[in-house]
Amino acid sequence: MTEKIILAGFGGQGMMLLGKLLAQAAMADSLYVTYFPSYGTEVRGGTAVYHLVISSEEIFSPLIEEADTLIVMNQPSYQKYKEMIKPDGLLLLNTSMIKFDYLPDVKIYTIPATEIASNLGNVLVSNIVMLGAYLTIKNLFSTENILEQLKISLSGRKKDLLDINKQALERGMQAINSLTV
Amino acid sequence: MKQLLTGNEAAAEAAIYAGCRYYYGYPITPQNELINYMSFRMPQVKGTFIQAESEIAAINMVYGSAAAGGRSMTSSSSPGISLKQEGISYLAGSELPCVIVNIQRGGPGLGDISASQADYFQSVKGGGHGDYHVIVLAPSSVQEMADLVYDAFDLADKYRNPVLILGDAQIGQLMEPVEFKKEFKENLPPKDWALTGAKNRNKRVIKSFYPVKGELEVFNAKLQSKYKEIENNEIRYEAVNIHKADVILVAYGTSARICKEVVRKSNHLKFRIGLIRPITLWPFPTEFIRNMSERARCMLTVEMSAGQMVEDVRLAVEGRCPVHFYGRTGGGVPTSLEIVKKIVEIMPKNKAAKTLLQFAGVK
Amino acid sequence: MQAIYEKPETFIDTPTHFCPGCGHGIVLRLIAEIIDAWGIRDKTIGLAPVGCSVLAYNYLDIDMCEAAHGRPPAVATGIKRVHPDHFVFAYQGDGDLAAIGMAEIIHAANRGEHITFIFVNNAIYGMTNGQMAPTTLLGQKSATTLTGRNPLNDGYPIRVCELLSVLEGSSYIERVSISSPENIRKTKKAIEKGFKTQKEKRGFSLIEILSPCPIYWRMDPNESMKYIDEKMTQTFPLGIIKNWKQEE
Repeated sequence: MTEKIILAGFGGQGMMLLGKLLAQAAMADSLYVTYFPSYGTEVRGGTAVYHLVISSEEIFSPLIEEADTLIVMNQPSYQKYKEMIKPDGLLLLNTSMIKFDYLPDVKIYTIPATEIASNLGNVLVSNIVMLGAYLTIKNLFSTENILEQLKISLSGRKKDLLDINKQALERGMQAINSLTV
Repeated sequence: MKQLLTGNEAAAEAAIYAGCRYYYGYPITPQNELINYMSFRMPQVKGTFIQAESEIAAINMVYGSAAAGGRSMTSSSSPGISLKQEGISYLAGSELPCVIVNIQRGGPGLGDISASQADYFQSVKGGGHGDYHVIVLAPSSVQEMADLVYDAFDLADKYRNPVLILGDAQIGQLMEPVEFKKEFKENLPPKDWALTGAKNRNKRVIKSFYPVKGELEVFNAKLQSKYKEIENNEIRYEAVNIHKADVILVAYGTSARICKEVVRKSNHLKFRIGLIRPITLWPFPTEFIRNMSERARCMLTVEMSAGQMVEDVRLAVEGRCPVHFYGRTGGGVPTSLEIVKKIVEIMPKNKAAKTLLQFAGVK
Repeated sequence: MQAIYEKPETFIDTPTHFCPGCGHGIVLRLIAEIIDAWGIRDKTIGLAPVGCSVLAYNYLDIDMCEAAHGRPPAVATGIKRVHPDHFVFAYQGDGDLAAIGMAEIIHAANRGEHITFIFVNNAIYGMTNGQMAPTTLLGQKSATTLTGRNPLNDGYPIRVCELLSVLEGSSYIERVSISSPENIRKTKKAIEKGFKTQKEKRGFSLIEILSPCPIYWRMDPNESMKYIDEKMTQTFPLGIIKNWKQEE
């Protein structure tokens, strides 16, 4: 098994954390994992893109040439990275911020992640809504594993945020729409 | 226990494990995670962290702590390492042990902040003035970054010589699971040459100045015999699929990871590809490469530079087989497909080589 | 017969490489006397820079470290952090400290490093045959200012003590000279105060010492001492510039 995921969004949309939670879950399941952030020179607001590879065998290049999955949060990222999905690959997009086309040979899943997050009361958890959606589609990790990683990430001062993140995860799992299945 | 860390953080934590208690640095992308990590970690282990006023000051603080017997370290990225070269020459000339991490970025000049391997010449051919060498270790994974930084402190002390860790923006910022398996060192043995105050003994002087005619030549001869000893004892490399290989790739660090992908693709083919990955760039695995060149049809050196290590490969091979080169510069990272295409290109008459393309996904 | 002067034990009995009439020998002897008197030979580490004073480690019988040109404040910082209870001093000339090493001295002062800097100002680059130093006086001739230092092209002599005194990290800064026996005694007292500053962990101390270079000033030793009193002190007035506690 090898899953190559490109995650992209505005800096500040939490793609870093989304990928890190998946990477930690993979580590907890004793899988091989590489997680490579690729920053622009902008500190905030620029496009942030992350290459995450999870595999049952040793991973050589952490740079993804063809992605099994693309998870995108905003329009510029969608435009920039949609060509990187391999044939029959998976596209998960945040419809709150993206107008998309019907791409041939791509399985498209949509979710209004920003909207769901703001309805929950904190727009910052839109990344976790996306995470919930992804878990439903690919089912790579158990919910318990992901919750454990969330707990580790939200320790100390961020402890109060655990509840809303759990809600975001659940909403993401339920609200996912498939356009091709 | 495994932790998910960047290469930069792993380098910092490994230094702490190795007993490094003096770190001096200056911010520069893409090694910022290292200096940031040291700023909070050093106080936890009662060590010293100073954000120096310049790269030059940082390397000279390292010089001072090394002279006083402490395990000390600095880190930077290419332009900053250029600034440190004066200090590195003095460290080599005063035979002081220390560890310097270079998370290479694109050059020349300010260049960019993405991965590069264009500082190879600077690292292995001297960098600063004078006839000297630093030991150069090139990790290709986060775990190996941790392991090599840890070993680097022992090597530095063993030979009283600076050790350079040559990484790049990718290895520095890549996150992978890493485990610190070795001893957490705290009380290191005293050094019988270090400046500690001349208590019940003769004074000691740390210097690299030999103004009396003839003395400097004697000292240089001593340095050269030390370098010979390092060459005899410390060469490290990894060889993959090397026996019966038609083409042998030679690459280090990030480039080597991509080459491994190519080796894997050729695993089930008649046309065999092998890889030699030098782990020590100085001392260089010259003899091993020479021996292997007797068997292969050709060698292909892959680098993120315009062709630097390829010169050392050619010096090793001495014409025994053709040595080709594929490189990307300015932040470009070679892809496995590019490398496969290059192999097909350099062997136009070899039909078996063309089967590689199918495995690489080209119709 | 009664001995009225003896060579300090810490001062090694060997001919120095200094030119006739040079001030370095006097200053190094004062440091040796203090180390003897305080009994701190076994916990003092000195730094020699690049310049005429580089061979100081041949004359002082203590652990010593050479530093690259201008870098003694950074190297001394590295040493002091390993041995916080030792006495660490750096012996620097004007080119070393105030030209190529200006950044290092400013930041060592700013961090309030517990180190004593002995800054020998002879307003010239002696070792390289007499070029202009950052402290060369206006109008003073040198190998690179043949008609005298001209501020329009060469800038002005830098007053290091005054410059460093505005930094919050500096504690004790004094300018002295070795132009007379009385001034030499004052110089010794100032260096002792520097060591005391360090001992009591009161921060950064620097003693600037106006010192003659008769060879490149093109004077005889007597004239050069007079030159310090009459000319140099006009630009570099003597006295305590900053102090952590007034003298009783």
